[in-house]
Amino acid sequence: MRVEVVHASQVTHSFNAVEVLSDISFSIRKGDYVGLVGPNGSGKSTLVRLILGLLTPTAGSMSIFGTSHKELRDWNRIGYLPQKINFFNPHFPSTVSEIVSLGLVAESDRRSTNAEDKESVERALELLGIADLKKELIGALSGGQQQRVFIARALVGNPELLILDEPTTALDPETRENFFSLLHHLNHHHQVSIVLVTHDIGSIGEFASKLLYLDKKIIFYGDFDEFCKSDHMTRIFGPSSQHIICHKHD
Amino acid sequence: MDTGIIEFLSFGFIQRALIAGSFIALICALLGVVLVLRRLSLIGDGLSHVTFSGVALGLFLNVYPLYVSLPLVVCSALGILKLADKARMYGDAAIGIVSSVGIAAGVMLASLGGGFNVDLFSYLFGNILSISGYEVISSIGLSILVMAVIVFYFNEILSITFDEEFARASGINTGRINAILVMLTGVTVVLTMKVVGIMLTSALLILPASTAFQLARGFRNAMAIAAGTSVFSVVAGIVISFVMNLPTGATIVLLNAGFFLAAFLFKQRIRKPSAPAQ
Repeated sequence: MRVEVVHASQVTHSFNAVEVLSDISFSIRKGDYVGLVGPNGSGKSTLVRLILGLLTPTAGSMSIFGTSHKELRDWNRIGYLPQKINFFNPHFPSTVSEIVSLGLVAESDRRSTNAEDKESVERALELLGIADLKKELIGALSGGQQQRVFIARALVGNPELLILDEPTTALDPETRENFFSLLHHLNHHHQVSIVLVTHDIGSIGEFASKLLYLDKKIIFYGDFDEFCKSDHMTRIFGPSSQHIICHKHD
Repeated sequence: MDTGIIEFLSFGFIQRALIAGSFIALICALLGVVLVLRRLSLIGDGLSHVTFSGVALGLFLNVYPLYVSLPLVVCSALGILKLADKARMYGDAAIGIVSSVGIAAGVMLASLGGGFNVDLFSYLFGNILSISGYEVISSIGLSILVMAVIVFYFNEILSITFDEEFARASGINTGRINAILVMLTGVTVVLTMKVVGIMLTSALLILPASTAFQLARGFRNAMAIAAGTSVFSVVAGIVISFVMNLPTGATIVLLNAGFFLAAFLFKQRIRKPSAPAQ
């Protein structure tokens, strides 16, 4: 049995006494590639924040790498790309290199950047095809370039779990395709577990091994193939969507 | 000319002003970069108003004002954080509340103590040339402490300043870093009171940082430019104000404003595309 990376047990979460997630239980194991989908307001971002420990469940428990968030020490095992990155201050006087190196801050209690860190940053920049932009100010880049910088920041620490909240927003089709290929490579060859929040159900159908469909509670969680064969598929997306979503899983 | 400079620098009060002023200018610049980027520029203004009540309380109780102001301002800084968090209000509203209570308490104490006096006015508008040897030592000590904490937590501070949610998801204890930042700001505001006075403290936090943002090519670079302009304007301000018999605090602030204007105009000029050749 593969190692458990995330475990949620009967998690419920409320904001101002309004329940936004109810009785959520699931496990994500090493090497899983989970597509997290659901309509607007279904609680996807809340669930992501619970997985990251940014929120504490109102009821139930959530663990990551077999431990509670309070006891977790190796935060570098998690790579995170937030959804609302477009709201950052565009006049922030930081270079691309400085922003990407923030992905290494969690790594330890080290107080200075060493040569190994610089190499990691260079590698991440090259992986995303933005090595030539490393000295540019973040605010001087286009939306797509900025998104690649933030993806590089999520990847720079070689995480074992990648959590990506709407990562392909602002990416052009070519970069988007390269990005999904990169995720597939990390998942397939390096056993990196991935949680991908997206409205782009087609992109999930292509690569994800599992699907978690959320609408304040779990409507479906399981293998993507199972989902394609189940009546959930036609009930949620309609019969005509099957060939678009399930084409790689036929 | 050289003899004039040597004679000028031989004055004990000038030496004390230059040394203490440079250290305080340095920490103002470093913290200012972080505060401005976090849209907390006015926390300096709010805390300086609390310093006013601390000074008034010190004078009222006949205790050295720094001893009263320092703990009072640091506690108020933490109070602003708690108020914003627990009372679920925006940071500027929390700053406004603490600031106005600080001023009101100061005015009340000054009134109970027999009205405003010369001592209180020297704190309101600063008087770095009157800084004592003891104040120089305490300013240097506290400035080194502030710088050491900034250097120690530099990566965390940069991360939290750019994207607090990402910083939290990286395992950074953002609550602790925020508390440290506001406490350092409190200490800095109290020290700055002697340089430019309570009324102008926030200028020394905001202006060097704002100048740096016009020119900087990175976060460290922004801190270096802010530190350079801040220290230079304090040193030049002390010299110019002494030679021309001008108020020191106001001279320092106006020099800083001049640097900001020059940097702003320079940036506009290099941004402007050159006219095509005829």
